[in-house]
Amino acid sequence: MSSVPSLNKAQPRWLVFGLLALGLALLPFLVDAGLGRSWVRLLDLALLYVMLALGLNIVVGYAGLLDLGYVAFYALGAYVYAWLASPHFGLHLPFWVILPLGAMLAGMFGVLLGTPTLRLRGDYLAIVTLGFGEIIRIFLNNLNAPVNITNGPQGINLIDPVRLGSFSLSQPHEVFGYTFTGVHLTYYLFLLLTLAVIFISMRLENSRIGRAWVAIREDEIAAAATGINTRNLKLLAFAMGATFGGLAGGLFASFQGFISPESFNLMESIMILCMIVLGGMGHIPGVIFGALLLTLLPEVLRYTGDWQRNLFGQIYVDPADLRMLLFGLALVAVMLYRPAGMIPSARRRQEFADAKG
Amino acid sequence: MRALLTVSGVSKAFGGLQALSDISLQVHRGEIFGLIGPNGAGKTTLFNAFTGLYTIDRGEIHLNDTRLDGRKPHQVLQAGLARTFQNIRLFAEMTALENVLVGRHARTASGVVGAVLRLPATRREEADSRERAHALLHRMGLAKHAHRLAKNLPYGDQRRLEIARALATEPSLLALDEPAAGMNKAERTALRELLLQLQADGLTLLLIEHDVKLVMGLCTRLAVLDYGVKIAEGTPDVVSRDPRVIAAYLGDEAL
Repeated sequence: MSSVPSLNKAQPRWLVFGLLALGLALLPFLVDAGLGRSWVRLLDLALLYVMLALGLNIVVGYAGLLDLGYVAFYALGAYVYAWLASPHFGLHLPFWVILPLGAMLAGMFGVLLGTPTLRLRGDYLAIVTLGFGEIIRIFLNNLNAPVNITNGPQGINLIDPVRLGSFSLSQPHEVFGYTFTGVHLTYYLFLLLTLAVIFISMRLENSRIGRAWVAIREDEIAAAATGINTRNLKLLAFAMGATFGGLAGGLFASFQGFISPESFNLMESIMILCMIVLGGMGHIPGVIFGALLLTLLPEVLRYTGDWQRNLFGQIYVDPADLRMLLFGLALVAVMLYRPAGMIPSARRRQEFADAKG
Repeated sequence: MRALLTVSGVSKAFGGLQALSDISLQVHRGEIFGLIGPNGAGKTTLFNAFTGLYTIDRGEIHLNDTRLDGRKPHQVLQAGLARTFQNIRLFAEMTALENVLVGRHARTASGVVGAVLRLPATRREEADSRERAHALLHRMGLAKHAHRLAKNLPYGDQRRLEIARALATEPSLLALDEPAAGMNKAERTALRELLLQLQADGLTLLLIEHDVKLVMGLCTRLAVLDYGVKIAEGTPDVVSRDPRVIAAYLGDEAL
């Protein structure tokens, strides 16, 4: 279909890509200048959530496996990073060893936790995966005795930042007279990895594997009868999703410098799921949009406190409450008016085009 | 040997209900074999047993030299037995083209690495799959629907798309579960033409059908099931005169 773009179409496409790249490269500086340093940090976090949401999108959006324990893989990636790059065990391995290791280990756990759930569907799968997610969190919370592995609820502190030789992402660097702070540099690293995750997701979506996942989501029995090894492909979906989760976990640990089981609770899993549902399940731009929206919107809402004080002299609605309220309303509205998500997939748009023509 | 599918002594019970008792039959290479019988006779159960959706209690099923019983559905398909469903089971949210492309899954091999890096082998495979899928859609008269979602196709076209998806798996035996169900007269005639064409191309067909007229005119040979027991097997001529078949369809008083 789109494999052979015509020349006159290809040129504006590259132009769009070029402008997009420039925009993404300048974004942290614009944000820093316009909104402040804390917003650049938030941008980093948003990219992290984009990776997480795209990972879960493979499991939930493509293969249709409702996984409520996804945060377990995020936690695993984070703890692997913390164990191998902090004073906790006195290990300080370089990030380019730990990140792939954590992602791989999370992927293996994806298969391990996926195996017992193969026969389950829908609600039952959701309940079991929710249980697995909680088990991992509770393990992390309690594995400080008899041997102190996770340091329990206190978590692990002083985790190494990403560092290549003497070049550390936690310190500012001066290049061509411009000062790149830690959050700026982290942005570029996260952006690079996010783009890689997007690229992999896109390539998979339009492949033999991606089609098999969607077929399983649509009708598992028909998929099996059409020659798809449903067991292997479901496990592959769990593994791929978990790998991205583990990668994001490692980055999170290095970025925060501190992790504790508290960061990996059920609410986190649900938030990531909401990003997918709100944005457009199974559709990459939708998922990215959902992740950015749900990470950045709560911060915007924080300002409503100030606005209220300026307007009325006092705060009537606590911004934190407002956040949950708007959140619930947004979800209900999306389910009612745009059940396919805010940015539905191209397939549906194709359908509208068909209906008109 | 001429036998493509050999079923010997297959039994299957659901709790106290004996759905299939000691069924034996042979489908020969190149024929259109009909499986008929009143509602609840066990036809679809037998289909599900062939295609690995049910495990059978006793008996053996062979396709050529490959034993099918005890295998998973995707292994049965890999061995060369493709099927359609009585209540159409398409991938509703995928386009017609994608539905047929899924049919290529079992005959292609690219994995994650090939897909992500778009290796030359993967590209070749994908191009080949698309070419075959388009050809199949064209043959089924579905070319104009290639990029429409399966769920939005007219009913008759959905049936044809399901056949196209099954054909994409390059089966040696195609099993159709009531392909004419719900079709109007024109659609039935077109279906009949299509099945004869497929037979002429060397495909062996096995079909469950309620439309006795269609079956009698189309099938080389028939087997009749009643209450999970095979009561007759032979050419349409012979079967239609069999007193047990007449009794099963019209009641004992008709004799």
